[in-house]
Amino acid sequence: MGTFVIFIFAFEFFTAGRLPGITQGAINGVLSDSTESFVRGKALYKSHCMSCHQFDGGGVDNLNPPLIQTPYVLGSKTGLINIVLKGFKERVDIDGNSYSNNMPPLNYLTDQQIADVLTYVRNDFSNKAALIKASDVKRLRGGR
Amino acid sequence: MKSYNLRSLPVVRAVLLFCLFFSLCFASMKLMAQTELKLRQAPGDTTQLRLPEHFSAIVIADLKAKARHLVVTEQGLIYVKLAKPVNGEGIIVLKLGKDGAAGKIGGFGNYGGTGIYLKNGYLYASSNSEVFRYKLNEENEVINPEQPERIITGLIKGRQHETKSLVLDNNGNIYVNIGSPLNSCQQNDRQRGSMGIPGCPLLDSAGGIWQFRADKPDQSYGQGVRYATGLRNVVGLDWNQENNTLYVMQHGRDQLHDIFPQYYDEKTSSLLPAECMYMVHKGDDAGFPFIYYDQFKKAKMLAPEYGGDGKKQVHDKYIDPVVAFPGHMAPNGLLFYTGNMFPDRYKNGAFIAFHGSWNRSPEPQGGYMVAFVPFKNGRPSGDWEVFADNFSELSGSDLMSPRQAKYRPCGLALGPDGALYVTDDVKGRIFKIVYGK
Repeated sequence: MGTFVIFIFAFEFFTAGRLPGITQGAINGVLSDSTESFVRGKALYKSHCMSCHQFDGGGVDNLNPPLIQTPYVLGSKTGLINIVLKGFKERVDIDGNSYSNNMPPLNYLTDQQIADVLTYVRNDFSNKAALIKASDVKRLRGGR
Repeated sequence: MKSYNLRSLPVVRAVLLFCLFFSLCFASMKLMAQTELKLRQAPGDTTQLRLPEHFSAIVIADLKAKARHLVVTEQGLIYVKLAKPVNGEGIIVLKLGKDGAAGKIGGFGNYGGTGIYLKNGYLYASSNSEVFRYKLNEENEVINPEQPERIITGLIKGRQHETKSLVLDNNGNIYVNIGSPLNSCQQNDRQRGSMGIPGCPLLDSAGGIWQFRADKPDQSYGQGVRYATGLRNVVGLDWNQENNTLYVMQHGRDQLHDIFPQYYDEKTSSLLPAECMYMVHKGDDAGFPFIYYDQFKKAKMLAPEYGGDGKKQVHDKYIDPVVAFPGHMAPNGLLFYTGNMFPDRYKNGAFIAFHGSWNRSPEPQGGYMVAFVPFKNGRPSGDWEVFADNFSELSGSDLMSPRQAKYRPCGLALGPDGALYVTDDVKGRIFKIVYGK
């Protein structure tokens, strides 16, 4: 059973799912920068985010907030990048539910990795929002 | 000589791998010490629960609220504590009707919380920082719902593990869980590689069970006793009437892999540490955050935050669990069965409601069931088994995230006829499980 699950994940990973919002970049099998960023971000999401925010971005009731269609994800790039760089230790209220687990800073990720994972999060789980670039992250990291 | 070795190497490796695979399968089955029972849905049972033969379940209420712990009176009144009040009511009163369903007859207590307990003519209930008690009349009805006595106040309420479960003994004492506001007492909570705060000073006021008098107003830390420490967070607890002793179910720490990937792979981290049942005496230390329990090695392990590496064991100082379940299943209810309806083997045994895991990804989640452990004289007399399953209404391998689960077991209570009641805090469903040939 475990093997089957791992196979499914491997399959998921290598086939890289749907790419809403940025599929137009993949013309004639040539991946654009943004699509590559999304694909790298999906792998990063699995190893750094999924255990709390879950495979579908749905979060965990009372504990870990969802990433689906929330202002934290779709709103300003600055706010979202800062959550990853600095962590989040306040209660989050979304749609009448509160989420209270501490999120640690993930500042050990590179600027490019943070840009990739946030580009992914902003364009999966029914989300569609502007891409995030490594330079956006670099600017904020320097400003700490 | 050399060529002989080289030729046979792949075969030897294959045989070894084969043996390793089977021994691991066998060992994990043995060490998990779980008895496999044939569970099925009873004929005519409208719930989707799967239960042992001759057991069946009915739905007695759907509260559409986060129903946590509950108590059932001799007269068939049910008091349910809600995590979040609905229309200013944090305690819902239900009355069992002749058709088996329960109707709402009242509500009071404008505070959310988990703990509720009935003892010596009082109903005790907790918010996430205080404990109140309500005087009952001879029919076990609350006399003055708007004016409870506040018996405990000012307890630490973190943003995690904030609920205050409670139980009473037979000597006028009340026991209250104060959960650790941190996952594993790291300098930076849940941060990869962050080490433990030396000595973990939060244990002075959290991470344990505190004892207070059941009848004195406005007690706080100064009037209470830290009865047991080193318990990360306890939601399910009960007083065992057979040996007059407190038993608790600890929620074990999260994220061994996320925080220390160099020592724990995802698969190991999905099952460790054990969710432990402890028999607790005054002064006991269960070792959180310095150790955790490994149910495969049957050993107390030094936590990685305090110098552990997944291999270093600790042999002294801390108490051992009486039962060790697989990790992350979130035991939210504990009840020693003292009723007369179920067969003899259930008498004085422990039912545990497992709310279900979130922390096993990318492996499927586990829990979402009520387990049973047979007991004799306060000690387990057999392996644990799944008693009531399929609260999620999803097969195990399809359950990847708690949001997919239809119901999540939380509180347990014994009815006057010996039936077992189980709450769910997703939709507020209350199940009643009965036995009958």
